[in-house]
Amino acid sequence: MKRRARAREAVAAYGLLAPALLIFAVFAFYPLWRIIWLGLHLQNRTGTAQRWEGPSQYVDVLTGDEFRDGLWITTQFVLLTVPIGVVLGILLAVVANRQLRGMRLFQIIFSSTIASSTAVTAVIFFVLLEPSIGYLSSPWIFDLADPDKAIYGVALTGIWQNLGLTFIITLAGLQAVPEDLYEAARLDGFGPVRSFFRITLPLIAPTLLFLSVALTVFGLQAFAQIDVLTSGGPAGSTEVLVFKIFNAQDPLNLGAGSVMSVGLFVVTALVAALQFTILERRVHYGD
Amino acid sequence: MATDTVVPTGTTRGAPRWLRNTGWYALLTGLSLMVLFPIWMLIVRALSNPTTYVFDRGQPPYPVDIEWDVFARAFDEADFGRQLAISVAATLVIVGGQLITSLLAAYAFAFLRFPFKRTLFAVCMATLMLPIEVTLVANSRTIRELEWLNSIQGLTVPFLATALGIFLIRQGFLGVPRDLRDAAALDGFGHLQFLWRVAIPLTRPVIAAFTVLSFLSAWNSYLWPRAVTDTSEWFTVQIGLRAVSNSTADELNVGAAAALLAALPVLIILILFQRHIVRGLTAGAVKG
Repeated sequence: MKRRARAREAVAAYGLLAPALLIFAVFAFYPLWRIIWLGLHLQNRTGTAQRWEGPSQYVDVLTGDEFRDGLWITTQFVLLTVPIGVVLGILLAVVANRQLRGMRLFQIIFSSTIASSTAVTAVIFFVLLEPSIGYLSSPWIFDLADPDKAIYGVALTGIWQNLGLTFIITLAGLQAVPEDLYEAARLDGFGPVRSFFRITLPLIAPTLLFLSVALTVFGLQAFAQIDVLTSGGPAGSTEVLVFKIFNAQDPLNLGAGSVMSVGLFVVTALVAALQFTILERRVHYGD
Repeated sequence: MATDTVVPTGTTRGAPRWLRNTGWYALLTGLSLMVLFPIWMLIVRALSNPTTYVFDRGQPPYPVDIEWDVFARAFDEADFGRQLAISVAATLVIVGGQLITSLLAAYAFAFLRFPFKRTLFAVCMATLMLPIEVTLVANSRTIRELEWLNSIQGLTVPFLATALGIFLIRQGFLGVPRDLRDAAALDGFGHLQFLWRVAIPLTRPVIAAFTVLSFLSAWNSYLWPRAVTDTSEWFTVQIGLRAVSNSTADELNVGAAAALLAALPVLIILILFQRHIVRGLTAGAVKG
C-alpha cells in the first residue's frame, strides 16, 4: 500500500514537471546539442544537405578573425560598462541610503532606468548621439560615425540602462549591513570615509560581485542597442559576438554561427563558474 | 524600498546639520538630473516640431513649438497600434505560460518525493546556462522547420518555461509549514487543490515578484522577436523601434514618441509593483 502511494506520488510529480521539461528539452538542450552538431558540419545554400566538416571547423572559426574580433569588441563593451556601472551604482546607493525627507522620490528616480528596455534606451541615445547634431555627440569621444569611437557611444547606453538595476541591488546590499557596526565604528573614531572603506565595502562585496557578474553576462549578450544604434558599424567596429551570431543564421554561415554560439556558451559558463568560485570563498570568509 | 536605515555619520562633528542636508540634497538633485537627462531629451525631441527644433532653434534642452499629436502619429505612421497588440499578446502568453509551468514544477520539487528529484532539479537549473543568445541559431532553425516564423507560437513557445520561476517559487513553497500539508491531506485535498487553495495564497509575494520579472523580460525582449519575424506585420513594439535608426532628423520625433509609448506600460507596472520588483531583483543578490 505504501509503495503504491509512493508510485502515485512519483507519477504526479512527473506529470507536474512534464510541461517545463518538455520546453527545456526542445528549446534549451536540443539546441545545445544542435549547435555542437551544426558546428561540425557545412550546409548547402538551402540548408537541405550537409557535409561533415569535423572539429577543424571549430579550430578555424575560434581562431579566426571573425570570432576573435567579435570577442574583443564584446570585451571592450564589458570593460567599458561594468566597472563604471558598479561604481555609479555604489555612488547612487550610498547617496540615497540616508533618512531624509523626500528620499523615496529620489530612490524612484534612481531606479527609473529599469523601465527603459534596451531598444527604448537605444532610441534615447540615438537622439542624443545623432552624428553632428546630437547633444552628446562630439568628435572627442561619443562619435557613432567614427570606427574608433562608436563603441563608447554604445557602451554609454549600456551604462545608463543598467543604472536602475545596479542601484536597486546595491541599495539592498547597503540596507542589509547591520546598524550597530557603524555605531561601533563611530565609537572607535571612524569617520564616514573610513567606515565606508573598512566596513561598508567589505560587507557589500558579495553583492557587488553578484552584480558585476550579472552585468558582465548582460554585456556578453548585448545586441539590441547595437542593432538599433549602429547596425554593427561603422566598418564593423561595433559587431559584438551576438551580433555576429545573429548574422550567421543563414545556411551558408550556419556552421560558423554555431561554433561561435558554442564559444559564447563557454565564455558565459566560465564567467558564471568564476563567480561561483569567488563567491563561495568570499561567503566563507565573510562568515 | 525601506528607508528605515540611517547611515550614521559623525553627527556632532563638522558642518551644522542644515548645511549638510542642503549639500546632500544638492548631490541628490545633481545625480537625479544625470539619470533623468536622457529621458527628458527624448520627451523634448518627441514633443517639439522637428523642423523648428533642429533647424531653427538648434536643439535647445526644452520643447519648442509643441505638437501633441505626435503620439497619434506614432499610431498612424509607425503602426504602433498593431505592434502594441502583438507585444501585449506575446507577453500575456509568455507570462501566463511561465507562471503555469513554474508553479507546477515548483510544486513537485517542493512538496513531492520522487526518484531523480535532485537530478531533475539540476537539469532545470542548468538551462540558466543556455540563454537565447547561445541557442539562437539552432532555435531559429527549429522555428523555421515548424513553420512558426511570423506567428504568436514562434514568438512565445520557447519561453513558456523558465528556471528562474521554478527556482523562486520553489523557494517560496519550501516556506509553507509542514503541518498545513498534513492538515490539507486530512481534509482530503488533492495536489492541485492544495496548490491552489494553500500553497499559492501563502506565497503570493514571491509569485508577484516573479510575475513582474517575467513581464519585464517578455515585454522588453528583442533578440528573439527580431530573429523570428521578418515582416513588419509581426513586429513587436521593441522591434518596431528599430525603424528609428533609418528616420531622418525631421521625422525622428515620431520614433521618439513611439519609444515613450513603449516604455509607458513598464513604467506603470513598476510604479504599481515597486515593492515586488525590488524583491524579485534582489532575490539571491543579498545574503540574509
